[in-house]
Amino acid sequence: MLVEILFWVFASILTVSALAMIMVKNPVHAAMLLVLCFFTSASIWLLIEAEFLAVVLILVYVGAVMVLFLFVVMMLDINVEEIRARVTRYALLGGIVAGVVVFQIVSVVWTRSLGIDVTTGAQAQPATYSNTAELGKVLYTDYVYPFELAAVLLLIAIVAAISLTMRKRAGLKLQNISAQVAARAQDRVRIVKVEATRPEAPATAPSSSEKPQ
Amino acid sequence: MIQLNWLLVISGVLFAISVAGMFINRKNLILLLMCVELLLLAVNFNFVAFSRYLGDINGQIFVFFVLTVAAAESAIGLAILVVLFRERRSINVEDLSTLKG
Repeated sequence: MLVEILFWVFASILTVSALAMIMVKNPVHAAMLLVLCFFTSASIWLLIEAEFLAVVLILVYVGAVMVLFLFVVMMLDINVEEIRARVTRYALLGGIVAGVVVFQIVSVVWTRSLGIDVTTGAQAQPATYSNTAELGKVLYTDYVYPFELAAVLLLIAIVAAISLTMRKRAGLKLQNISAQVAARAQDRVRIVKVEATRPEAPATAPSSSEKPQ
Repeated sequence: MIQLNWLLVISGVLFAISVAGMFINRKNLILLLMCVELLLLAVNFNFVAFSRYLGDINGQIFVFFVLTVAAAESAIGLAILVVLFRERRSINVEDLSTLKG
């Protein structure tokens, strides 16, 4: 019973915060409301025992993607009022499309049983079940090749984001790779032959505890 | 016990809200990108729900890959947005009509 109550509480928070996200004027507020959406979604995923993805959702989305969004929102000097000037022009169309989408999905979910009994819940996993271990077993065996491709995709995203936003400006410190590779030891280090000399011994020898100058 | 159709309806409502958000916020490119993130979250909801209720872990693997692609997409999208703002001093979608015939 507690699980159902928690589910509906989280579901209503999720819906309200998503609605508020598309309505608010300030992009920073929208980003914070989207963070709330991700948190409540992670909570619902925890309730249906998908723990690993819930944690990943918070780490990746809240920790990385939304911080990126906030950085961009705060760096760009956007005139919010100008952007929101003629917003109600499309609100009716958006509402109609959203209503049609909801109607279609709800009618399908409620009238067709999709070959499985949609009104019963899944059986709870035993206490020894580890969602992370099960995912890891599949991810590193059956899906190891897509996993590597995902890593390459992220690398490409890093390179693309950096090369897009990098710009030439005065005082930019850059590496000259060819000059670095072409450097030879004799250009950098000059060996000087120094005759070994012994300094004149002072009249009174300094004490051993005195630090050298 | 959480029923599968509850999750599917919540996911559908979330999807519809983000589609409506794309219509409402069609002047602000940042909010459009945020709506895309919400759209992907709604889709991931379906994947997780079906994976759980059919007892098939592969659905959750797919969510993992969707998250990867979404992170890459938002990083590159925001980079393009920054370059665009630098060039045009605006992120209004209607100002971006250079390719129009």
